[in-house]
Amino acid sequence: MKVLTLNFLTCAVKTCKSSTDSFPLHPKDAELAHDDIEINPELLANVLPRIDWTALRTTSTELGFPELPAQPPSVEELEADEALLKELHSLLLETQMMEGKLVCGCCGHEYAVREGIANFLLPSHLV
Amino acid sequence: MLPTPDTSHVPYTRVYEPAEDSFLLLDTLSAPSETAFLSSRFGGASSSRTAPLIVEVGPGSGVVIAFLTAHAQTILGTRHVLACGVDVNRFACAATVGTATKAIKEAGGSAGAGWFLDAVQGDLVTPLRAGVVDVLVFNPPYVPTDELPRVPVPVESEPAMTTFEEESQLLALSYAGGRDGMETTDRLLAALPTALSARGCAYVLLCAQNRPDEVKERMRAMGGGWKAETVGTSGKHAGWEKLQIIRIWRAIRDA
Repeated sequence: MKVLTLNFLTCAVKTCKSSTDSFPLHPKDAELAHDDIEINPELLANVLPRIDWTALRTTSTELGFPELPAQPPSVEELEADEALLKELHSLLLETQMMEGKLVCGCCGHEYAVREGIANFLLPSHLV
Repeated sequence: MLPTPDTSHVPYTRVYEPAEDSFLLLDTLSAPSETAFLSSRFGGASSSRTAPLIVEVGPGSGVVIAFLTAHAQTILGTRHVLACGVDVNRFACAATVGTATKAIKEAGGSAGAGWFLDAVQGDLVTPLRAGVVDVLVFNPPYVPTDELPRVPVPVESEPAMTTFEEESQLLALSYAGGRDGMETTDRLLAALPTALSARGCAYVLLCAQNRPDEVKERMRAMGGGWKAETVGTSGKHAGWEKLQIIRIWRAIRDA
């Protein structure tokens, strides 16, 4: 599972949806893999406006990556900054979480990630 | 005509095989009316430079989401799209990743394909944040059945050898729709206003027994400016369409 995908996911438990603690989910015991993908600056510029930057910073730090700037760059800043483009490309699209868990900060439920596929099905008592 | 993604690697004992309904979705989404609609909302001519997120719920083999992603430039008017699938069936998730990866490669990366992110195992849109979906596609379990198969529960340990019963259960989840064939679709329709972004739209396949006219009326009556129209049909039987695809959307408000 890609780090960019994590930016769109939240706890599947209904009562957690209204809590800010349910996003982002927190990786635990994460085994990461790295895919080499050709960089696409134009795509990144199009993706930037729809990223929740605060959540991405949290995820990035929790996965052991260097801290991202507190404020997101503007599209113009991103396009002019090759190092930042490479860093975001590597983090968002090339980094894969293959194994581990995603933990909800609200209810504490742990979603398993196996072979790169996260399982958000809930046990019957949480549906 | 745009090429149909290769699904020869998909295990059809556990995953729904592309059929008339899948192909109706491919034909409808690539028809001039829909490429014009989608391009005006998300393509180069639209004012926004924000990559749309396309989500297929229940992608099965992945043939539809792979098609949309591989031909993003032609269908959505931009190749800067992100795509995801959510399926209750773990084998379908793996199949979808495989189908999308192959289709994008075959379309020749730089030629207009979008980005396939992931397939996630889950129930409808429950794993997604509110308001992130720009295009939602759903080919539901629409066949009226006496019983609705249970959504599987997560298995902590490695699942045991898949038995014939388990495989039947997985396939039943792909077609058995319970009362009027609408029990699962009704849950998805109820979640749409929360799941879709302000510019979001949905394509939902229905069969005649689902009473599509009533479904459309119900969506329009929700308030909030929702519109619903039939945008694709197939298999006329006794003068009425067996399958149809409805598009559900709102006018984009001026910023």
